[in-house]
Amino acid sequence: MSNTHDNHEAVGHHDEHAHHEENFVSKYIFSMDHKMIAKQFLITGIIMGTIGMLMSLVFRLQLAYPDTKFAFFESILGHWGKDGKLDPNFYLALITIHGTIMVFYVLTAGLSGTFSNLLIPLQVGARDMASPFMNMLSYWFFFISSIVLLCSLFVEGGPASAGWTVYPPLSALPKAIPGSGAGMTLWLVAMVLFIVSALLGGINYITTVLNMRTKGMKMTRMPLTIWAFLITAVLGLLSFPVLLGGSLLLVFDRSFGTSFYLNEIVAELAGGIERTGGSPVLFQHLFWFLGHPEVYIILLPALGITSEVIATNSRKPIFGYRAMIISILAIAFLSFIVWGHHMFMTGMNPFLGSVFMLGTLIIAVPSAVKTFNYLATLWKGNIKLTPAMLFAIGLVSFFISGGLTGIYLGNAALDINLHDTYFVVAHFHLVMGSAAIFGMMSGIYHWYPKMFGTMMSKSLGYIHFWLTFISAYCVFFPMHFMGLAGVPRRYYANTAYDQFNVFIDMNQFITIAAILGGIAQLVFLFNFFYSIRNGKRSPKNPWDSNTLEWTAPVEHLHGNWPGEIPHVYRWPYDYSKPGEESDFIPQNIPDESQNGDPMVEPKAPAVPHHTEAPPMQSQVKEVVMFSGLRRLFGFAG
Amino acid sequence: MANTTTLEAEKKITWGGGKSPFTVSYGKLMMWIFLLSDAFSFSSLLVTYGFIRFTFPASGANEIVKPLSHTAENFVEAMREAHLFSPEHWPLPELVFNHFPFLHGLHLPLFFVSLMTFVLIFSSVTMVLAVEAGHRNAKKEVAFYMLLTIFGGLAFLGCQAWEWTQFITEGASLHGNPFGPTAFAALFFIVTGFHGFHVFSGVVLNFIIYVNVLDGTYERRGHYEMVEKVGLYWHFVDLVWVFVFTFFYLI
Repeated sequence: MSNTHDNHEAVGHHDEHAHHEENFVSKYIFSMDHKMIAKQFLITGIIMGTIGMLMSLVFRLQLAYPDTKFAFFESILGHWGKDGKLDPNFYLALITIHGTIMVFYVLTAGLSGTFSNLLIPLQVGARDMASPFMNMLSYWFFFISSIVLLCSLFVEGGPASAGWTVYPPLSALPKAIPGSGAGMTLWLVAMVLFIVSALLGGINYITTVLNMRTKGMKMTRMPLTIWAFLITAVLGLLSFPVLLGGSLLLVFDRSFGTSFYLNEIVAELAGGIERTGGSPVLFQHLFWFLGHPEVYIILLPALGITSEVIATNSRKPIFGYRAMIISILAIAFLSFIVWGHHMFMTGMNPFLGSVFMLGTLIIAVPSAVKTFNYLATLWKGNIKLTPAMLFAIGLVSFFISGGLTGIYLGNAALDINLHDTYFVVAHFHLVMGSAAIFGMMSGIYHWYPKMFGTMMSKSLGYIHFWLTFISAYCVFFPMHFMGLAGVPRRYYANTAYDQFNVFIDMNQFITIAAILGGIAQLVFLFNFFYSIRNGKRSPKNPWDSNTLEWTAPVEHLHGNWPGEIPHVYRWPYDYSKPGEESDFIPQNIPDESQNGDPMVEPKAPAVPHHTEAPPMQSQVKEVVMFSGLRRLFGFAG
Repeated sequence: MANTTTLEAEKKITWGGGKSPFTVSYGKLMMWIFLLSDAFSFSSLLVTYGFIRFTFPASGANEIVKPLSHTAENFVEAMREAHLFSPEHWPLPELVFNHFPFLHGLHLPLFFVSLMTFVLIFSSVTMVLAVEAGHRNAKKEVAFYMLLTIFGGLAFLGCQAWEWTQFITEGASLHGNPFGPTAFAALFFIVTGFHGFHVFSGVVLNFIIYVNVLDGTYERRGHYEMVEKVGLYWHFVDLVWVFVFTFFYLI
């Protein structure tokens, strides 16, 4: 209380302070400092993620116990949960908003927004983003967009219910289903604001990376995180405008009587309207031209974070640095020419289908390059199993198990069977949902000291990891079997069909696993918010990492480095370099052979890299048995 | 020998950090990147145009040589009777856009839109002259050419308003079109409207820059880079018009 009072006083006497003093509003709210904006993105993302997750628990309960009445549904959902039964229309609304929140608000803005903002200036050696003002606007557009989306939960008819892909005609005819009315309008408004935010952010990220690297930070000395953020921003920049165009036409179809996505067939089914000449498939083309790159907008930052975390904690250089960059570029390029694989079932010309199929399957090549590089980096590494490292390894696991089913789904012929079944749900929740969330978690655990100056509890991190990892597999793995048996996604109650009754046990298992996963996130939330104030003070470089952000002081300065910006003399992966005393050499340390010129490449080591066998036993005790918990709660020293 | 080594060294330094690889300020780079992105939003609309356009056959216009000597009142009816305008096929643009202000009843195919295009491209020329004057720090010339550019933009917008009014008067709207498929009119209004919105934004930006030039903001700053940045935007809007013009009026 007295603290705020003091603050007021300070603001009141602002004129007397000659030096630049930040008040509450300019420091915490309309901040133009990239580190603060990153935290704003992160916390908004975590809040949105929590909401999205709670929604999924509600509809999971419905899927597992379609005949049970949950009294608390009525108390929290009102007339959407009358007599404890979830309203079928609200079920559709829930899956739609769950998807929208998770894909756009958590894994696009929450992931890219947080880590691009935090790491780009710090890792390339810049004082701030190219345009701090635009950066601030980017956050506030995102914030308003989140508010608009959440407001749509409270309008008549409920929020948008056409699925996160908002296909017409459900999205184009305001009277199609309850959610097609005001809820859909707000969805579109929220999405336009979101696109503006993404563009403002993306322009800034690209410009900062290209223009503002410190001396010696060649493109081939950039950490793979920065490469991933750069390419992610390019993807967003080129694909989001197409969704903007598509949404614009959708708005006109909804409100001004045009028929870009509507035709005679739809008009006759709807009755009472006259629309000719359009095609609902057109929207699908425009949507997926964004939608497919969007998958990589979500995944690439997570892969970049993983590269950095795995290399640091294996105490080894990343395996195949240039191959990693090339595979990022290849994935990015291919992602623009494969959108048709979401549309095999739209009556596409089979030849065109096979072209899209070929492109899709080729993506497996750069993806496999990345996977094997991760494994090769781990190989014989001096592995430090920090929570961040566990989540990074978890990402690799999900990337493999979810990626393999992608090869099935990319097949135009197999897709006839698998399209719109739980197989698809299982696939994308593993490969981009869980994998990207694990990448994000890995980033949070790894850079938390950089963001807040304190350390998160390791033991709670381990508990969080194991519960999440196990529950994610328990939730999504059984879905493959349901999908292969033909259970369609997005259905309110599968028990309405006799042949799907056998899956009721499996659905209950999945729901229980999902609840377990939800509880695991409580551990994370506690750890995250508790450690901001009560965590151990972080040292300057807690993970003995090479990248530039760890050369900046723990206390946040406007401008990142107190004196001159450090110059960069080497790539970021000089871990366990033979012949060196320390097992890491930060990028700003010159080599004798360079004579102080950052442009010269440092001398290569005379002997190949070799690391010693890791002391694993004690770590296993800590990671699996949570032996550190006793320390946390003060039982033992 | 020494020369080649320096060249190579410099080439390495280009991307070596500590400077912009393109030797441009961050603001100009941002404008380029924004324009790249905006090109994709226009592309999405033009692709939509193509998608819908090719679901309709073209009109059998090759047979008619002279649909002339008509008055504006019965022209549409005559064309309909000749099956040149029908909901089944895409109309010929030169039969739709054949009016000119104050020359009522004459068949002047695409004359007016050509004038519009000329006005817009000429305003790009004056913009180039403003940028060039900026390089010489000639404040008065920059202001003069900026003013001309603004007038060019306003003239284009005025022409577009007249063209829209004419089209609407003849019965076209977002959900109706006497000349042929409804989509023709809807696409026309949305795409030219989206472009017109860009021109309008450009005029507003140009005006702000113009006021700043008069104020001496850039004179004090020592350079007129802001003029260059809005210049990039203005040329982009022109370039996009070339595509819009080609799609809607020529093919």
